[in-house]
Amino acid sequence: MEFSIETKDLVKKFKDLVAVDHLNLQIKEGEVFGLLGPNGAGKTTTLMMLTTLIHPTEGSAAVNGFDIIKQADKVRKSIGIVFQDPSSDDTLTGYENLKLHALLYGIPGDVIEEKITEVLRLVDLEDRKKELVKNYSGGMRRRLEIARGLMHQPAVLFLDEPTLGLDPQTREHIWTYIKKLTNETKMTIILTTHYMDEADLLCNRVAIIDHGKIVALDTPGNLKKIIGGDIVRIKSEKPNLEAVKKLHYVKKVENFDGKISLTVEEARKHLPEILEKIGKVDSVHVREPTLNDVFLHYTGEEIRDAEPEGGWAQRVMNFRSRGR
Amino acid sequence: MSELTGIYAIWYREIKVFLREKSRIVASIINPLFFLLIFGGGLGNIEGFGAVGGQVFIFPAILGMSLLFTSIFFGLYIVWDRKIDFLKEVLVAPISRLSIFIGKIFGGSTDAMFQATLILIIGAFIGVHYSLFSIPLAYGFMFLTTMILVSIGLILGSMMESPEGFQLITSFIVFPMFLLTLFPFDKLPSYLVPFAYIDPMTYAVDGLRGVIIGANHFPLYFDAAVLALLAGIFIAIGTYSFKRMKI
Repeated sequence: MEFSIETKDLVKKFKDLVAVDHLNLQIKEGEVFGLLGPNGAGKTTTLMMLTTLIHPTEGSAAVNGFDIIKQADKVRKSIGIVFQDPSSDDTLTGYENLKLHALLYGIPGDVIEEKITEVLRLVDLEDRKKELVKNYSGGMRRRLEIARGLMHQPAVLFLDEPTLGLDPQTREHIWTYIKKLTNETKMTIILTTHYMDEADLLCNRVAIIDHGKIVALDTPGNLKKIIGGDIVRIKSEKPNLEAVKKLHYVKKVENFDGKISLTVEEARKHLPEILEKIGKVDSVHVREPTLNDVFLHYTGEEIRDAEPEGGWAQRVMNFRSRGR
Repeated sequence: MSELTGIYAIWYREIKVFLREKSRIVASIINPLFFLLIFGGGLGNIEGFGAVGGQVFIFPAILGMSLLFTSIFFGLYIVWDRKIDFLKEVLVAPISRLSIFIGKIFGGSTDAMFQATLILIIGAFIGVHYSLFSIPLAYGFMFLTTMILVSIGLILGSMMESPEGFQLITSFIVFPMFLLTLFPFDKLPSYLVPFAYIDPMTYAVDGLRGVIIGANHFPLYFDAAVLALLAGIFIAIGTYSFKRMKI
């Protein structure tokens, strides 16, 4: 088996909408692979197909060497999934949710307790295991579901927007857990996210997806190199842009009503010269390129950070008071 | 083997949830109790129910009613499982849809029979006399009945998008199914007889009447055979509907 995941011209259509458009991916064993893109780009749909929950319209894919259509059962046995929406049972305790998972995945009875303790320790929930999930915070619930996804030692772990709707502090916690995992195991991890920093921090390779298609695929470092330099933002009333454009190390110049965005090689070294040429300046801001700039470069749009469908935590709240 | 563990897993979850929600247990036996004491008490003075009298005659129907409501609503609750996305976790697990369906049926069946047990106990106080054979036979009939009813509930639930349709199902399916079983089969007006024939509860309650008070209309083996056949059919439909269920 060469690849953990290999897709060939994978297509999913919903009526007129092409959610995933001839997707070709090859993900190596042990890789942390990110699918990065705005909401509605087709990330979750791709995940749903790879985890056998929905059938592709066209094309094929193999997960751990098993065909997602013909060998769905074997695929399911070899993967772990943490869904975007909470999928633990809130009328059960954390412990009971894990026990249920162990039984569903056929973990032998004599090691179930050991496994539960092990994964609870990994996500620091040992002392809360006897509490109903109803009383967990959004972050705890997400951690429990990550623990659950790991219990049966899957060869591939899918994380669908692992930190969507969580507060910054909890996000960092979750990142730490994922980092820990990738250091301690050889598991292949596929995660979807629309957070640039998340993809940058966690992934070995990132595929930028928009409208169901891959627009770029490489390591975060290489992707950022495509931008060709640092980003310099300058505020100036009357900038002399012509003079700046002549500088050989300035790759790109954009002017939005006195707010100028420059792409500059080794900006820190060349900044004095730029400032000298451009004239009177109100403010200057220099930063390294982010994946957001890469996304912008390829699609001409910013990744929308808004969550029109409502965040994960919001949904936890909505369904907490169900009528059972 | 792993399929059996899977069935056990689903059952384990349902029982945990059931035992945690005590208000549901109380609520679900209150209705049958009122029917038995008030409606049945009133019928007690009316002729035409045979030697046992009205209240005891409708006792098996009330037992059936308890099974009916608990089982169907248990099945319908799968709408909630889907809403909270819990079902995804189950559907993505490496066990077959049939096992998930069977696990659910066992869960619902256990709930319903637990409540029926409470009603059987109450029966002893209103003059129902049990024999050594009537109890195990009654449980046999109840088990077959709940398999059908939970399946119907799950099938309907798997087609529904939201719990708003529950009321419609109560009015158009659950209540008629129950009401048709209240009276002796040979006393039904002719326009109701065809409906009684297609109502699974007819055979369930007839069977229960036979084993508990010896007042059956059809032969017991016939009741049991019809119920077993229906259970098989509904489990098949149910497994199919689980396969094509949208998540």
